[in-house]
Amino acid sequence: MAAVPIEHGLVLAGLLFILGVVGVLVRRNVIFVLMSIEIMLNAAGLAFVTAGSRWQQADGQVMFLFILATAAAEVSVGLALVLQMNARFKSLDTDAASKMRG
Amino acid sequence: MLGLLWLIPALPFAGFAILALLGPVISRTLAAVVGVGSVGLAALITLLVGADFMASAGGHGYSQTLWSWMDVGGFNPGITLYLDSVSLLFVVVITFVGFLIHLYSAEYMADDEGYSRFFAYMNLFVGSMLTLVLADNLLLLFLGWEGVGLCSFLLIGFWYRDPYNGYAARKAFVVTRVGDTALLVGMFLLFNNLGTLQIQELMQRAGQSWPVGSSLAVAAALLILGGAVGKSAQLPLQTWLPDAMAGPTPVSALIHAATMVTAGVYLIARTNAIFLLAPSVLQLVAIVGALTLLIAGFAALAQTDLKRVLAYSTISQIGYMFLGLGVGSWSAALFHFFTHAFFKALLFLGAGVIILALHHEQDMHRMGGLRKSLPLTFWTFLIGAASLAALPWVTAGFYSKDMILTEAWVSGPSGQLLAAAGFLGALVTSMYTFRMVFITFFGRERTHVTRRPELRISAVLVILAFGALAAGLLELPKNILGGLPILSGFLHSALPAEGAHEVSTSTEWALQIVSALLSLGGIYVAYLLYYRTDRYAEDPSRAPWGAGLNRFWRSGWGFDSLYDLLFVRPYVAFARINKGDFINAIYEAVAGLNVLFHRVLSSTESGIVRWYAAGIAAGAIIAVAIGVIR
Amino acid sequence: MNVVFYISGAIAVVATFMAISRANAIHGLLYMVLSLLSLAIVFFSLGAPFVAALEVVVYAGAIVVLILFVVMMLNLGPDNIRREARLIGRGVWVGPGILGVLMAAELVYILAGGASQPTGAGMVDPKQVGLALYGPYLIGVELASTLLLAGLIGAYHLGRRHQPGATSEEE
Repeated sequence: MAAVPIEHGLVLAGLLFILGVVGVLVRRNVIFVLMSIEIMLNAAGLAFVTAGSRWQQADGQVMFLFILATAAAEVSVGLALVLQMNARFKSLDTDAASKMRG
Repeated sequence: MLGLLWLIPALPFAGFAILALLGPVISRTLAAVVGVGSVGLAALITLLVGADFMASAGGHGYSQTLWSWMDVGGFNPGITLYLDSVSLLFVVVITFVGFLIHLYSAEYMADDEGYSRFFAYMNLFVGSMLTLVLADNLLLLFLGWEGVGLCSFLLIGFWYRDPYNGYAARKAFVVTRVGDTALLVGMFLLFNNLGTLQIQELMQRAGQSWPVGSSLAVAAALLILGGAVGKSAQLPLQTWLPDAMAGPTPVSALIHAATMVTAGVYLIARTNAIFLLAPSVLQLVAIVGALTLLIAGFAALAQTDLKRVLAYSTISQIGYMFLGLGVGSWSAALFHFFTHAFFKALLFLGAGVIILALHHEQDMHRMGGLRKSLPLTFWTFLIGAASLAALPWVTAGFYSKDMILTEAWVSGPSGQLLAAAGFLGALVTSMYTFRMVFITFFGRERTHVTRRPELRISAVLVILAFGALAAGLLELPKNILGGLPILSGFLHSALPAEGAHEVSTSTEWALQIVSALLSLGGIYVAYLLYYRTDRYAEDPSRAPWGAGLNRFWRSGWGFDSLYDLLFVRPYVAFARINKGDFINAIYEAVAGLNVLFHRVLSSTESGIVRWYAAGIAAGAIIAVAIGVIR
Repeated sequence: MNVVFYISGAIAVVATFMAISRANAIHGLLYMVLSLLSLAIVFFSLGAPFVAALEVVVYAGAIVVLILFVVMMLNLGPDNIRREARLIGRGVWVGPGILGVLMAAELVYILAGGASQPTGAGMVDPKQVGLALYGPYLIGVELASTLLLAGLIGAYHLGRRHQPGATSEEE
């Protein structure tokens, strides 16, 4: 296998991360917000794996595993909250849940 | 006897104090006794002091220090009274004419509700005026100056319930204020440069330190002239005097004819040394006088209100006094002041009788035929008018006016131009004077007489009429009876030598005949136009070309509109703009800015998640940028 | 292998973009699955087969499926899709677009600075990962499992529907 320059991997991770950020800022539907967060976490993991591959060590993949566990826990709790939100506000619009305004 | 000098101003002040404190509780008679008596006593003491002065002091002035006013860093004016021939002349006029007018007012104001208040103000006025002329230093003079200004304000607006009177009083005060400020600045300048305000001392030091024509002297003289112009209602500050006729007629007689308006003349005569050091300003004094006498004279031709004619006449006659001062003939100016006090007061008091008799009617065109209904008033008024119009050789006014014009004529080429203006003014004077006489006293009686004058008023009128004729005897020119320079000789001790121009007897005769012709000519023209009231159709003011001129002259040559446009409107516009007080707006803007920031910042707390996420993203970008891009 | 990396990377980016810009939630999630699968291939091309497998099994197979289940459970209907489409009109993308461009610019600026370093040619096989997990990172593993437990309990508690009138908490 010929080597891929680490910058390209990081650029890919960065692009995915940026897409995730844009997704969070653009979408009002809370499902899409959660999905965009998952994209961001995934991109961060890609960066770790790329770095691990550079140094030919397992640490990168270990980090990815931990990120995965975190993402799983977070998404389950988040979806439970989505269910509660839908029950209370009768919609999945994040702008509807703005009672903490100044 | 000279030691009683201080009583002369003190008595009227005491009268004021008594009337101010006890006025409402004492009876009218007692108020009149206090008011008239204080001035009468002052007149009596003037006699004693004057006699003593002329017998003893002779050449020098007599100083009486009452106490020290302040002593601050080398500046120590005192309450010091200074009596010399000039101030004695003024004191005599003020106390005597003042006493007569007070006596007149005792009857005139009899059915007015502010009786004691009137006499309180009048006494305060007399006291202040006496302070002014007896002051040894400019600061005390200024105290008197301000005092008479205050009393003028109080007395013009005496019938305060009518808002027009308040307006006229304010106008008088504000316009003279302009002059007062100039005088004050002039005093600052004099003290700053010469270190004293004591008048005799001042004139000596000025003579030593300042060369003739130096800019400091010119500046000081100009500023003093500014003050004089304001108080004496000369160009350009003459607009207040016609409106000041809103006050009771005795007030007009005393303040706005005989005494206060002559304060400017007194001031210039007193500080003569400074004016002599600035010949250009002295020339300006004469020019101001000449212009004013012409402007006011023509304006008087077009007035319909009896008192306004007399007001413009006063402005015009004081113009003559300024003219006399300006050509360096100090005693001529003061002589004219002396005679003017008598005949002008007489004319005003006579007008007062007419107004009261016709139940406060002041429009001349509604009078007429009073010759038969008010005979005493008619004859005394006629004598006063004759003196004003300078009826030749028999009236006092003729001699004083002639003296001014003669002195002007011989003082040089510019003097001849000024004298010519004076002669034209004399013609106009007799025209408007007799216009006034003919319209008011002759012809058909339009308004009927409801009230006739009694003893006090009649006696005063007679005394003043006598003065209007006899006062001329104080100073007869050389060609009449060999000359009787009593007054100029008397004043010589206090005034600088006049430009020693020798006047030949033939010149005297020539000028007197010119004067006489002009005076009689004016009377004749007035007779032609106004004697028979059915001749009104020929009155030039009715012609189309004349009507505009008539309106222009009646408004006093449009000065009121000019000042309104130049000063009042911009000021009012500015005040309206500043109604919200833009200085305050700056401070409120600071507070407003704070509120704006608060609103902006609190709007970022929208409770919307996306907004906060965007904030985090933007912050991250900025943080990275700061870290990476240096 | 390089070619594979670039191709699947491109697919991942395109799929992610499609995922975040769909009106229909199901469509978005399906595009996300596609993105995750491409990323698994990327991991594989970088010599990390273990995480490639994990990516497919856990991420695409569990997490996304979980979200998919919830979406289907909510049963929102076509009106919702239409409303959603209206909410993501043109104007909404401008601001976040600018932020994204700025971020990308910074990223390129940072990366262009240093010297280019190649990734390793070799593969890090699962055995190596396992040894690392049970060696130095043991505590991390235990903590991760505790986290998952907390997530489990939390999800259970938070997801409970309150019976009307059964509890005294706010409704």
